[in-house]
Amino acid sequence: MMLAGGRMNPMDVRRRNNVVVTGRADGPVVVLAHGFGCDQNMWRLVVPALADHYRVVLFDYVGSGRSDLSAWSEERYAALTGYAQDVVDLLEELDLRRVAFVGHSVSAMIGLLAARAVPERIGSLVMVAPSPCYIDDDTYRGGFSAEDIDELLASLESNYLGWSAEMAPVIMGNPERPELGEELTNSFCATDPDIARVFARTTFLSDSRDDLKTVTVPTLVLECAHDAIAPREVGAFVHAEIAGSTLVTLPATGHCPQLSAPQATSAAILLFLEHTQ
Amino acid sequence: MCRADEHPEPREAGAGASTDAAFTALLEDSAEELYESAPCGYLSTLMDGTIAKINATLLDWLGLERETVVGRKRFADLLTVGGRLYHETHFAPLLQMQGEISGIALEMKTCGSDRLPVLVSSAVKHSSDGEPLLIRTTVFDASDRRAYEQELLHRKQDADEARRQAEEAREQAEADRSRLQEALAVLQQSLLPASLPAVPGVETAVYYHTASPDRLGGDFYDLFPLDGKRWAFFLGDVCGKGPQAAAVTSLTRYTLRTAALHDPDPVAALTTLNSVLHDRYTGGDPRYCTAIFGVLEPDPANDCVTVRLASGGHPPALVARSDGTAALLPTPGGFLVGALAHAHFASTTTELHPGDTLLLYTDGLTEARTGPDRTSLYGDDALLAFVTDHAGAPPEEMIQALAGLLRGLGDGVDDDTALLALGSPAHTSAHSPATSHLR
Repeated sequence: MMLAGGRMNPMDVRRRNNVVVTGRADGPVVVLAHGFGCDQNMWRLVVPALADHYRVVLFDYVGSGRSDLSAWSEERYAALTGYAQDVVDLLEELDLRRVAFVGHSVSAMIGLLAARAVPERIGSLVMVAPSPCYIDDDTYRGGFSAEDIDELLASLESNYLGWSAEMAPVIMGNPERPELGEELTNSFCATDPDIARVFARTTFLSDSRDDLKTVTVPTLVLECAHDAIAPREVGAFVHAEIAGSTLVTLPATGHCPQLSAPQATSAAILLFLEHTQ
Repeated sequence: MCRADEHPEPREAGAGASTDAAFTALLEDSAEELYESAPCGYLSTLMDGTIAKINATLLDWLGLERETVVGRKRFADLLTVGGRLYHETHFAPLLQMQGEISGIALEMKTCGSDRLPVLVSSAVKHSSDGEPLLIRTTVFDASDRRAYEQELLHRKQDADEARRQAEEAREQAEADRSRLQEALAVLQQSLLPASLPAVPGVETAVYYHTASPDRLGGDFYDLFPLDGKRWAFFLGDVCGKGPQAAAVTSLTRYTLRTAALHDPDPVAALTTLNSVLHDRYTGGDPRYCTAIFGVLEPDPANDCVTVRLASGGHPPALVARSDGTAALLPTPGGFLVGALAHAHFASTTTELHPGDTLLLYTDGLTEARTGPDRTSLYGDDALLAFVTDHAGAPPEEMIQALAGLLRGLGDGVDDDTALLALGSPAHTSAHSPATSHLR
């Protein structure tokens, strides 16, 4: 599929993708892209460290967070190119050039596709806990089997009742952590079950291994020391396939170092950005 | 969260001794024992998920030994692979953002290859200066509840699927029905003339009321030239409805047209039709119709139109005169057409003078219901009175008035109805007294 842009009104893109721009207005642009599961709030703990020097652009993919759900269609978002089109629309309509695109998890591969579509607009890539392919085959260890992915889909199904009825009040009332603010509602991580199912399939059944070699911009691969979703051998694979890439292993557990190790994550990103600007 | 009742019920005198004994037993249930043997699983982990403490209940459920778990496994290791993906993409981020999360449905692996459906709640314990120290987690066995939820979910999926199929079937049926109606409408039109030919010195008007778009009606009419001086017309009603009746209608129309060209005598035309229908529909499926067949012969010199008609079992025609009267035009003794091998048809003749109108109709009008059931019908007398009221009106006005009457009868008209009016044009102002009767 060809990615195209330039057809949407900027206000439409801002609303559709719940675009938030913060940080230093005249700084170089860093776009932070969330992965499957939650929304742009995933970046809350690293935004302050970036905001001093960079203009930080956050957004929700259509179907996630507070995006415009009416803009979602299974046809478009059943392929990573659909999500990459969201990125292209955003960059073109805000007329952003040579941005650093920081993509978490599946967004690392989405950023790669966007960079190929609009090379003048993406100057560098930061891949946080990336995996080009989650399912094992004869020569590659992604960590999962197709049956495992079915199990995840079942987990999504068995929890969606809980999300709507039980999670909303829990997530909305948060007296112990006032810094999260009132705007952090149940939209964080709560997704329409039909949309979540399509995003899960698209994410975990995608295979972007052949695309890695097409990356020509400076790339940082940020992996976690213990990540159940993107194990270290996958990080090594990504690093090996992208010529000239930098691999940094964070002393973090889990798949979301921007939450579990925000200082280390932002420090690694800042160091990389300084060297690529 | 559990909380001691702040307002305990006052103890009744005399019950004190046994209650004290129960309290003593409760106090001997140490916190440690309560933790280990609680009816739910407890575990505490470091912030990276490494299990630091786990109670006996959970170890027992999972069939694990404490030494293989504590310090060696992470919480996510206890989950199924799908559950682990869910944990990494939803549970852990939410817990880290909010400090607590509750009631999440997950599955844990047990020592066999079995799975234990559980409901998990976690909360982060912070130090006095706000640093997160550890995660406390409770695990409830949700086997029964999950089975019930699964059942609900499956039923919901079944219901969604059934609704989808029903919707599809409904749309299909709707499409089939409208296709059928379209085909029926085309077929119905083919059984009736698209328009009536102009007859010099004669005004004509017709009306056809379709009772149901889903059924072909059996009423028919036609008007066509015979030899430049004479015109033939007919109107009738085939017994029955639907495709079979339509076939009879078609056969009837073409037989009458052909017969009329061969011998325009009304009795001869109906006799030919009788033979054709009788021969064609012998045996177990007799088909017949009622019909009036007539011939118009305008006489411009004498300013009148001679009408000769014959009827086979059909309700008599009506003639409305320019003087404001109306009368039946009886043709007694005419048989149903096609019912018997040899049928008798009676004929009659009348003249239409300026302002006179001949009306042919089918029994859809006279047998229209005027009450809730078929015991009260519109009837021949009411029609005669109505036509008398409109006597003097030219055919178009007469038909308009009757169409209004049919609309007024609404659902009571449950059969198709054909109306054909033929009139001799009134001289200017000749029928003016009659127009005042129009409503």
